[in-house]
Amino acid sequence: MRLKRKDLLGIEDLKLEEIEQILSTAESFKEVSTREIKKVPTLRGKTIINLFYEPSTRTRTSFEIAAKRMSADAVNISVSTSSVVKGETLKDTAKNIEAMRPDCIVVRHPSSGTPLMLAGYVGCSVVNAGDGAHEHPSQALLDMLTVKERKGSIAGLKIAIIGDIAHSRVARSNIYGFTRLGAEVVVAGPPTMMPAGIETLGCRATTDMDSALKGADVVMMLRIQLERQKESFFPTIREYSRVYGLDEMKLKKAKEDVIILHPGPINRGVEISSEVADGPYSLILDQVTNGVAVRMAIFYLLLGAAKEEGK
Amino acid sequence: MTRLVIRNGRLVDPSSNIDGVYNIYVMAGRIASVKPSKTDTTEITPGAPGLEIIEAEGLLVVPGLIDVHTHLREPGFEYKETVQTGAQAALAGGFTTILCMANTKPVNDNESVTRYILKKAEASGCAVLPVGALSRAQKGESLTEMAELKAAGCVAVSDDGVPVVDGGLMRRALEYSKIFNMPVISHAEDPLIAGSGVMNEGAVSTRLGLKGIPNAAEDSVVARDISLARLTGGRLHIAHVSTRGAVELIRAAKGNGVKVTAEATPHHLALTHEAVAGYNTNTKMNPPLRAPEDVEALREGLRDGTIDCIATDHAPQSTIEKDVEFDRAANGIIGLETAFSVIYGLVEAGVITLNQAIAAMTINPAKAFGLDKGSLRVGAQADMTLIDLNQSWTVEAKGLKSKSKNTPWLGATLKARVVKTITGGKSVYGLERP
Amino acid sequence: MKKVVLDEKSIDRALSRIAHEILERNKVPERLVILGIPTRGYHLALKLRKKIEEIEGVTLPAGAVDATLYRDDLGIKKDQPPLKKMDIPIPIDGHVVIMVDDVLFTGRTVRAAMNALMDFGRPLAIQLAVLVDRGHRELPIKADYIGKNIPTSTSEDVKVHLSEIDGVTEVVIYTAEDK
Repeated sequence: MRLKRKDLLGIEDLKLEEIEQILSTAESFKEVSTREIKKVPTLRGKTIINLFYEPSTRTRTSFEIAAKRMSADAVNISVSTSSVVKGETLKDTAKNIEAMRPDCIVVRHPSSGTPLMLAGYVGCSVVNAGDGAHEHPSQALLDMLTVKERKGSIAGLKIAIIGDIAHSRVARSNIYGFTRLGAEVVVAGPPTMMPAGIETLGCRATTDMDSALKGADVVMMLRIQLERQKESFFPTIREYSRVYGLDEMKLKKAKEDVIILHPGPINRGVEISSEVADGPYSLILDQVTNGVAVRMAIFYLLLGAAKEEGK
Repeated sequence: MTRLVIRNGRLVDPSSNIDGVYNIYVMAGRIASVKPSKTDTTEITPGAPGLEIIEAEGLLVVPGLIDVHTHLREPGFEYKETVQTGAQAALAGGFTTILCMANTKPVNDNESVTRYILKKAEASGCAVLPVGALSRAQKGESLTEMAELKAAGCVAVSDDGVPVVDGGLMRRALEYSKIFNMPVISHAEDPLIAGSGVMNEGAVSTRLGLKGIPNAAEDSVVARDISLARLTGGRLHIAHVSTRGAVELIRAAKGNGVKVTAEATPHHLALTHEAVAGYNTNTKMNPPLRAPEDVEALREGLRDGTIDCIATDHAPQSTIEKDVEFDRAANGIIGLETAFSVIYGLVEAGVITLNQAIAAMTINPAKAFGLDKGSLRVGAQADMTLIDLNQSWTVEAKGLKSKSKNTPWLGATLKARVVKTITGGKSVYGLERP
Repeated sequence: MKKVVLDEKSIDRALSRIAHEILERNKVPERLVILGIPTRGYHLALKLRKKIEEIEGVTLPAGAVDATLYRDDLGIKKDQPPLKKMDIPIPIDGHVVIMVDDVLFTGRTVRAAMNALMDFGRPLAIQLAVLVDRGHRELPIKADYIGKNIPTSTSEDVKVHLSEIDGVTEVVIYTAEDK
């Protein structure tokens, strides 16, 4: 029943059964959050450290709530990246944290590959809470849970992921996850933000938003970093919004029962119009609710059993 | 007068088209004669005073290897490498001559730094030939005093490590260096196209979520520098070629009579960008490991002579620079001690012939830089490397002479091991038997 | 070796008796909630409810109380047990909960289930009904209603099979050799 792994670093190396196991466990955990007393003693005495090298209220809070609902002790460490340059190395930080004997480190870092590196330094579990433009596995899992709840099953669905694909870890994790569950994934965005060889991850790529939306069951809009304008990835926010912003007109191309996801926080009026964000097909808040359940499931499956010998 | 005889080794000397079992006689540091072992009737008396005999049966004997691209880090970064440790690493890798780049601290842009390096190298047993900076402090603004650098002992000029962004300055360097017949080594990269990339741009960088450096960052500057070499008639040497586009440009330029030579590193010849998966910072270097098509083009370039030299781009970095997040890690890997073994791996795989490999590490670099080296013809300086092609060895940090251990081959078992290195007829390195 | 100790008919009779005992002891049947511990305890709870409803002509809420997250052996076991259904149909405050399980053994599962239940409110009382009590208690827990006491040795294994899950309804004892 346990995940046969010490760490959860990405969706790429998860087997189909492992994804299904996390999702079904998360479905059970949703119930805990609906109780009057939203707490189970399962991870009593476990220490979970949220090590965040990037500001992220949403994800950090979600992991923290998940840990607390499992009765684990959650400690947050926020490191501002600027001070890291002069400060101690990741390895030293990792070794120091490990000396405090945590059971799990949840790490968010602007550099791709850092969770893997950290996992090599420490004996406890490491959960990737987003690394650079690489992966954000818990986000993809909560997205899959949200879609599965609404659509019943994921196989055969058409998922459109739209926006800044190049810089998006959410896009990568979701491409791996949804294709592994049998969905067809198409990514769309401006060529400046379409990374080389993205098709090798198993999706189709287009710069034409309409063709991506056509017949889509699920539309996932990505947050556009307004700073990208300075690097000439697009000329202006106004023009980006005009070509790749989702409004009700464009959404008509999708299936009638389309659902809209967004990893948040949303830029209203930029990548998504308010009518769409607040519309009946928007599951943005369900995603947030499911995020806690998915993270509880991850903690349960990684930490809920005896440690293996020699670890 | 000291004499040295190396008997019954398999001599491969591409400079004189020799491949066979020979006895090599050295007198006063120079090659006195080279005779086929089978018919050699020279009588020698073992134990005669001043006579050293090396039985080299089963060993490969080649001219001392030449590496035209190393970074020795001294002065300024002695914690990464010193001239002394770099020279020891070179000898352990079979290199008897190395060219060291100017990006030290201070930059080797004047005779005092050049002399300092030469002084440090004096007793090392390895010929260390400094490359002077192309521009003052490698700032890319104004030319260095090349007459002074040449007089002090520099054999070429380059801002390697820092691309020369200003094409006008590159033009002047290619023109001005003609006075001294010094090649200009180009680190061909457009830093604005490369941007903040940390590996090759392609499917692997996309998968790993790392920023990519497109081939165009190299191709465009190779094209520019070839045009400038054609315009000026200057001697251009392209460092660490990594792209198929650059190979094509150099091939065409050579066909058109442009005075251009080129080098490729063992890692660019042996590894692709897939090696970066796993975020091992010892796979991070500039230029980055490229796609399989690029590697294939480099190999073809080596076969057809477009790529003249194999050069290591030996770039020591300590754990301070390498034991960090991938995108923050410093570029570069060490290469002196693994170069021959890695290249011999390509020979065994049928990519290149042994003769091509040896040529690219001996006579070709000597010719490219106008050095009277890389050959064992009679009268030449007796720099030789003895290699046991059948000996496998495992690359381990503790066994490396280099002060830094940043190689992607850590833990790998490679074939072919340098067992003895000789400079000027004197044994300067011998493999310690465990 | 496998030995059938209760067949379908005996199980049915035992449940009927338990239903009567429950009603005898609880004079206000409307206050009852029948909660089974998944998986087989839950199915027994549904059977028990049906019997009580038939006897008394009332409608009773029934549900499941999953003790998994409250187990005391999670950090010891090599594998996490899969989560099962938690279904508390009504607020349990002021109700008498009949907690149903198939086999009462160490008492640890019942302890965990009671803790789980307490997180949902304060029942008037919890009473425990089990189909089989095989002894070997490790905690001070005792069943209020027992289908059958079966003295066993610790090397033996008692299994309840129910047609809904196992295709056959019976209680069997396996001895260690051929477990």
